[in-house]
Amino acid sequence: MAGRKIRVLVAKPGLDGHDRGAKIVARALRDAGMEVIYTGLRQTPESIVMAALQEDVDCIGLSVLSGAHMVLCPRLMELLREKEMSDVLVVVGGIIPEADIPRLKEAGIAGVFLPGTSTQEIARFISDHVPSKPEG
Amino acid sequence: MVTKPISGPREAERFTTTSLTPVHRLYTPADIVDIDPEQEIGLPGEFPFTRGIHATGYRGKLWTMRQFAGFGSAFDSNKRFKYLLEHGQTGLSVAFDLPTLMGYDSDHPVSEGEVGKCGVAISSLADMEVLFDGIPLEQVTTSMTINCPASVIFAMYLAVAEKQGAVRSRISGTLQNDILKEYIAQKEWIYPPRESMRLVTDVIVFCTREVPRWNTISISGYHIREAGSTALQELAFTLRDGIEYVQWAVQAGLDVDAFAPRLSFFFNAHNDFFEEIAKYRAARRIWAKVMRDRFGAKDPRSWMLRFHTQTAGCSLTAQQPYNNVVRTAIQALAGVLGGTQSLHTNSLDEALALPTEEAATIALRTQQILAMESGVTNTVDPLGGSYFVERMTSDMERGCFDYFEKIDAMGGMIGAIEHGYPQREIQDSAYHYQCAIERGEKVIVGVNEFVAESSAPLPILHIDDSVAQLQSERLRSLRASRNQAAVDRSLTSLQAGARSNENTMPLLLDCVRAYATLGEICDALRPVFGEYQESAI
Repeated sequence: MAGRKIRVLVAKPGLDGHDRGAKIVARALRDAGMEVIYTGLRQTPESIVMAALQEDVDCIGLSVLSGAHMVLCPRLMELLREKEMSDVLVVVGGIIPEADIPRLKEAGIAGVFLPGTSTQEIARFISDHVPSKPEG
Repeated sequence: MVTKPISGPREAERFTTTSLTPVHRLYTPADIVDIDPEQEIGLPGEFPFTRGIHATGYRGKLWTMRQFAGFGSAFDSNKRFKYLLEHGQTGLSVAFDLPTLMGYDSDHPVSEGEVGKCGVAISSLADMEVLFDGIPLEQVTTSMTINCPASVIFAMYLAVAEKQGAVRSRISGTLQNDILKEYIAQKEWIYPPRESMRLVTDVIVFCTREVPRWNTISISGYHIREAGSTALQELAFTLRDGIEYVQWAVQAGLDVDAFAPRLSFFFNAHNDFFEEIAKYRAARRIWAKVMRDRFGAKDPRSWMLRFHTQTAGCSLTAQQPYNNVVRTAIQALAGVLGGTQSLHTNSLDEALALPTEEAATIALRTQQILAMESGVTNTVDPLGGSYFVERMTSDMERGCFDYFEKIDAMGGMIGAIEHGYPQREIQDSAYHYQCAIERGEKVIVGVNEFVAESSAPLPILHIDDSVAQLQSERLRSLRASRNQAAVDRSLTSLQAGARSNENTMPLLLDCVRAYATLGEICDALRPVFGEYQESAI
């Protein structure tokens, strides 16, 4: 299946409703030729993993601006491992102190994008890092 | 140090405001021939209040420097409030954490990781008693930024005042209580729009009768702008929200002049200096006309738009964060030249975390320098009569009435929200602005121009998870020690009242007095009111 489009799930975990960034990124990735599914607000790590499984995505992009990223991101990674979905690329963007970045990377988050990142940079990172799927 | 010359984009750049509205090279008397100086501009303190609501401007009364704060447990915030009051602050402004803002108790599973993080955690009257312990509520004014569960938190506040022996008619403060902008922009909701509007209207009716000095809603454009709207959209959607609240209160049987003077507004101050000033001046003129002509208000206080301003959090950058002090100063100056009644200046670390004490102090000092050193407080509306500013003010007004017409045709703001109209307008503007930045048409210093290698990291305020533990223990002991039968009775009466058209405020007061928790009260109303689901936009 040559030329399969990269499928991305853009997700907002936690209680925070600031969805400006998530929606801009979703639209920009679509403009960059990816297939994007946006979960809507207030998803649990469980519901995000379920959606990722059902939609067979290559990448999950999380948006967190509330300060709860250190609880939400590691839990999501754990659930992905349990479901044997560790090949899914996970990136996160939002208000994230630099000091937390090493711990997020240790937990398996591939990319952390801080305020001011261009959407082109995010699109490039995803297309460079999504593992190529076996044919069929 | 090598200075980089201003490069490329300048050539191609169109001359536009932050909202991407084109502006001319020069404005002359020819640009304002259609603006009647007496009817449209007038004098400060007089209809239509374009130049301000007070004849004396800031000579008579400076703006209130009201910095929004709150974190951790009720004990932590109580200590902070007492410190502020001891140092001469007369008004408090409470920030709540996300679970409280969404009507969940601190020990609800969805609260994990969020308790005490962006504000104080309040789950019951017991927490509210701690928050205001030793603070006489008859003597301070308190602003509470809360929306979907606003009436429950307000009932807790009144119950604390009652326990202190305070006279209700002397309690003063502000409840944000602006649910419409939640559906439009900030997205903190529980119930569907019409049911939520009933709760808001209940507060207005109750306060008009019982707590006459309370500001019942702070009709907010701030969050609409932060979500990516233009200046005009911020203005138009906010004022149209205001119209919706007035309509509902009038339909509930109130005389417009009985409650309108207690409505207040809250606007953003973004980067584009003159555009922002024009927005505030237009806001006053439009509201005065709407209240007099659309609603027939006779009391001049009903015509006057009073507003709070906060500088634009979304304009601040994580890169080169000290530049944010300068951005905030310029934005704050626009608020002041626009005649704001109160002001919050953001801290330089806004794009990174909650402010450290040092960053918050610089933000407050910025206001003090404007007030005491710059001389801008000496003269009322110093930009009045500027060809450019008057043209922009009138253009804002026209654009706003155009939006009103469209929204009226959709059946008002609730119809428009149900159509996803304001949401879509804002989303489109946010995307266009981002594209303009990425094409280099709009320059953000330190982000897409004059980029530097990363600098030394700033010190960041870190909030640990001990608050969540403390809150869980407090809730456990509260539920074990209270009279459960009284709690159940009060919640059942609340449900019955909500099903009829009884005012919910006295029933909420009974619930909080019995120590029903915030989550229990909000849950009790779910089967009656239903829950809101946003449709994909």
